[in-house]
Amino acid sequence: MFDKEKFTEIVSNFVTMSGKILPDDVTQKLEELKNAETGELAKTVYKCYFDNQELARKLSRPSCQDTGVINFYVNAGEHFPALGQINDCLKEAVRRSTAEAPLRHNTVAIFDEKNEGTNVGERAPYIHWEIVPDSDKIEIKPYMSGGGCSLPGRAITLMPSAGYEAIVQYVFDTIVDWGINACPPLLVGIGIAGSVENAAVLSKKALLRPIDERHPNPKGAQMEKDLEKGLNELGLGPQGISGRSTVMGVHIETAARHPSTISVAINVGCWSHRWGDIIIDKDMNYEIISHKGAKI
Amino acid sequence: MKKILSTPVSAEDLKDIKIGDIIYLNGTVVTCRDVAHRRLIEYGRELPVDLKGGCIFHAGPIVRKKGDGKFEMVSIGPTTSMRMEKFEKEFIKETGVKVIVGKGGMAEKTAEGCREYKAIHCVIPAGCAVMAAVEFEEIIGAEWTDLGMPETLWISRVKEFGPLIVSIDAEGNNLFEKNKKVFNKRKEQQVKEISEKVRFIK
Ligand code: SF4
Repeated sequence: MFDKEKFTEIVSNFVTMSGKILPDDVTQKLEELKNAETGELAKTVYKCYFDNQELARKLSRPSCQDTGVINFYVNAGEHFPALGQINDCLKEAVRRSTAEAPLRHNTVAIFDEKNEGTNVGERAPYIHWEIVPDSDKIEIKPYMSGGGCSLPGRAITLMPSAGYEAIVQYVFDTIVDWGINACPPLLVGIGIAGSVENAAVLSKKALLRPIDERHPNPKGAQMEKDLEKGLNELGLGPQGISGRSTVMGVHIETAARHPSTISVAINVGCWSHRWGDIIIDKDMNYEIISHKGAKI
Repeated sequence: MKKILSTPVSAEDLKDIKIGDIIYLNGTVVTCRDVAHRRLIEYGRELPVDLKGGCIFHAGPIVRKKGDGKFEMVSIGPTTSMRMEKFEKEFIKETGVKVIVGKGGMAEKTAEGCREYKAIHCVIPAGCAVMAAVEFEEIIGAEWTDLGMPETLWISRVKEFGPLIVSIDAEGNNLFEKNKKVFNKRKEQQVKEISEKVRFIK
């Protein structure tokens, strides 16, 4: 029998924890970038980042006040029991975390412009589903993205004559125009597909894989590396005050396009990139992938 | 040595402070963002707090009520200052505020305001909401609570609030505008080089 209460509790505890402690890949990358800085300003900012993470852990508080409108990316095994109940459980988990963490109240109802103070509302938390064949487990990736790092999100459909060159231009324009307020160093997610909605979802999914995991196509992987190097040459530095780097990484996700269109979308994650990855089996045993050794 | 200012801050105190400097602040800080600016400038409503020589923080905090009925700052961090650009110059003139803290830069009009009325804009590293919260020793007042938790004017006593990185000084020099010119110049070169490598459609 599916233990609804237990499942909700695990997810709620995991969401609460991931608002306080950054995942291993982000921490490790920040450490690397911090050590590469030479200027006094940049070093001071990185020191704040690390001191803050320490305090958040010690005082058990959300490390950034903007805990976002929560999104869940769910990879559900086809044999996991009670798939029909997961939506309810995830909503309830967010309701609980909002009170317990506590999370800032961020869900504002469209048209009525009301904030109920629960972080639950129409399609909130937003849940993205994928079915995994031959599995009886469920993988859940919660993501908290604040307003600052959601603002640069944009998408466009280009003509093939513009080529991938136009994608490069679009990425650089977006980061220079909008990157500073998104709290660099940024993780840049790029989706390339045949229409904007596909590209947009992919650009967000690109942020939810471990930093530096490369696109499977060697050309894609190379483009990621080239963009990463190029963006770092801009030297936005932490908080945009200038420094040695701009980004933690660049990830591209793709879907086959139509011959007449090439759509591209960009989403960025901030330095406080609070994503998590947990796998739960049908007996409610769980394994945390993103934060090794974490207690929930 | 740490450069620490105390409120009320005078024009004289700001004379030797330049963009890129790091300072800290003792005294009183008031959170103040979108709607409060709009109310003062567009609707001409008087602010319920005296900001002469004071400091405002563009921020939206998480605040918790404690057992003794007092409020406690749980988490507080800056919000994008540019949203207040439209109002800030007049805001400085009307209120006599001397230190504005937020994130990202502000533009031409605010820089003008800082030069004419002798004020500075600073950024505090964002995403460091617990670090900042522990610098807030006590919440001593709350005004315009009808605006909800993020927009309420929370009046607080702070100790060594910072690090505050000066982004506009009292001469009107603007760190982010200067940086942006550099970033844009570097951008052209990078786009050109990378574009050569991604000619996949032939
Ligand atoms: S961009 Fe990220 S780190 Fe910066 S304030 Fe928003 S959520 Fe926090």
